[in-house]
Formats: sequence, structure tokens, C-alpha cells
Amino acid sequence: MATLKELRNRIASVTATRKITKAMQMVAAAKLRRAQEAADAARPYAERMDAVLANVAQGFVDQGATAPLLAGTGKQDTHLLVVMTAERGLCGGFNSSIAKLARVDAQALLQDGKTVKIVCVGSKGVDNLRRDLGDKIIDKVDLRGIRRLSITDAESISDKVVAMFDAGEFDLATIYFSEFKSVINQVPTALQLIPPKLPDVVEGDAKDDGTTAAYDYEPDDEAILDYLLSRNLSTQIFRGLLENAASEQGARMTAMDNATRNAGEMIDKLTIAYNRQRQANITKELIEIISGAEAL
Amino acid sequence: MSQETFTFELVSPERLLASGQAESVVVPGADGDFMVFSNHAPVVSTLRPGVIDVVFPEQKSARYFVKAGLVEVNGSRCTVLAQDAEDVKDLDSDRITEEISQAERLLANAGDDHDARALAERTISQLKSLV
Repeated sequence: MATLKELRNRIASVTATRKITKAMQMVAAAKLRRAQEAADAARPYAERMDAVLANVAQGFVDQGATAPLLAGTGKQDTHLLVVMTAERGLCGGFNSSIAKLARVDAQALLQDGKTVKIVCVGSKGVDNLRRDLGDKIIDKVDLRGIRRLSITDAESISDKVVAMFDAGEFDLATIYFSEFKSVINQVPTALQLIPPKLPDVVEGDAKDDGTTAAYDYEPDDEAILDYLLSRNLSTQIFRGLLENAASEQGARMTAMDNATRNAGEMIDKLTIAYNRQRQANITKELIEIISGAEAL
Repeated sequence: MSQETFTFELVSPERLLASGQAESVVVPGADGDFMVFSNHAPVVSTLRPGVIDVVFPEQKSARYFVKAGLVEVNGSRCTVLAQDAEDVKDLDSDRITEEISQAERLLANAGDDHDARALAERTISQLKSLV
């Protein structure tokens, strides 16, 4: 049995830990609100972009599209996995669940004899994947210094991806991120970017506009499609980053809430053990005194 | 007589800047500025740097500076997907100076790339017209 002093020290240290986790939880809650606002604000753009892209691209698919960003290279040999994780830990299973999904997919692809290349966004992905797939990681993007995600950050990633694609370094690209469902529920998601899974043309769209989608294109349809496809890429990556940011804070909030509660339980248990020990000591001393007195 | 209106939306990747009924919109299209009224023919166009001029009902209006983007117009709706948009009211002279110097850097880096040069030059001239 631990001595009284040891118990006292442990209670003090767990109390200090509880203060820290409590503070982290509150910080995460504040950051979560901001991250959610950012994700909500970005949603209209992505929705409109999807709608326009669906309309424009559909015409091209019907004609037998040739743009590689839309149709792919025709091969499926080399896969690029863009794994987006957080820069920090202490957020429950957030980072590891994304990495796990990516790892499972990567290993399945390797089994099929495909080549896999990995770009890690956020340093935790590197930490998680280094052991099994370290030689597959070809690049990492550091988001550490960024306080507020902007579209420029997503653009720099998508520029990198497009440059690699143009250089013929891969055939298919998929991003891995965590979709924010709620504070307690974040779903690791894989989304194929190249070639894109096109959103379906909304059936009712033509009706409520009163027009069919027979657009004039300026300067020409190919320029529009090029622009749309590259924008779509950075928009999707941006969306992934924002969802990830919200998920990370949500996961951290939940994790820290649990940690705070566990610390509380631990303090209660330790306090009981401490009081028992103290009582036992007093009883022992009393017995010693009484038996000493009786011996006289 | 009040004019017929259509739905106008201006969204940037980071937020929704404007949404509502408008009477007319002037858009800096890649092949030249054009004005959109209700029942405009369906068109999709990329944008060049410039100012979007929106007239809302009851004589209200707004101006937005965009660097690039895309506009989709059909009979009852005009949607601008801007890459980088800013309400002209929010652009003070410091911001404009900063943006100009940024564009000048781009121009300096453009080298022989004619498209990039033209783009940067247009950005600068459009920004200067706002001062």
C-alpha cells in the first residue's frame, strides 16, 4: 500500500492534469465553433461548383471526353493517396483512424500489384504511416504555421497534385480526410479526385430554371472545363481541409472531455484510498498507545 | 415601372458574399465585360480581374472586386464563383496598395509568359482605377 505522502502527491498531479485537459477541452470547443463556421461558409461555393461542373461536364462525357483531369489517364496503375491529418495529437482516434483507412487501402492496392504514392498533409499522418509505408511517402505538406485555413493553402496542395499528374507520376488520386458529422462522430472518408466522381445532374434543375442547360461558353468550352476541373480540385481539397479542421477539434473536445471525467474519477478513488490509509494509521497508533498502556 | 429581377449570387471559396434579387449585373468576362438582365441567354464564362457592378431593386447597388472566377447565367439566375472577391467598400487604400504590389511581383515573375503578364497588368490597372 502506498504511503500517505505518495497518495497526496498523486492526487495533486492528477488534479493538475485534470486542469489541463479541462482547459484543452474548452479551447477545442471554441476552435470547433470557428472551424464549423468556416466549413459552413465554404459550403455554398462547393455546392454551386458541383452544380456547374455537373452541367458542363455532362456534355463532355456524352461526347466522349478527352480531358485527362476528367477522364483519367486510362490506366489504373499508380495511385496517389493524399492523406490529410492534423498537426497535433491528443485528439482521440482522429489521426489514427484516417491513417488506418489509408493504410488498409494502400495495402489492398499493393496486393493487387499497383504502385502507391502517398502525400501527407499534416505531420501526424507521417508519424502514423512511416512504419508500414515509409518508403511510399513521397511528399509532405506542413500546415503547422497556418492559423486560419484559406483557399490558398488548398491551392498550393492542388497545384502540387496537378503538376505531378501532368508529369505522369500517377493515374488516380484520392484524398483521405475525416468528415465532420457531429462533435462525437467523425467519419474517415476517401474521396477520389482524379478522375472525379461527377455529381449527378439534378433532375429537377432544368425544370425550375425553365431552361435546358444549353449554355454559351466564353471564351470556349474547353477553357471553361479546364478551369472548372482545376478549381474543383482545390475546392475539394479545401473542403477536406475544413472538414478535417472541424473534425479534429470535435475529436479533441470529446477526448478531453473523457480525460477530464476519468481524471475526476481517479481523484475520487485516490481520495478514498488516502482517507482509508489515514484512518488506518490513526487506528494503528491508537492500538499501539492502548496496548502500551495495558502492558504497564 | 419596376424592372424584372433575377437571383444573383456571389460566392467565394471562403464565404457567400451576396445573395438576393438583382436588376442588373455587370460582369468582367474573359472576352469582355457584359451586362446581365433578367432572361439573359444561358452563358458560362470565366472572369478576368475587374469589378462586378450589381444593381439591386430600389436603387441599391454594390461593387465587388474579383481577381478570377467563373460566372454562370441562365434566365432566372446569375451565379458568380469568384476565386477571390472583395466588396469594394472594404478595400481601403492600404489594401489596394498591397494588392498592387502583389500583382507587380507577379508581373516581375511572369517573364515571357504572355498570359500571366496580361493578367497581372490588368489586375494592376483595375486596382488603380479603384483608388
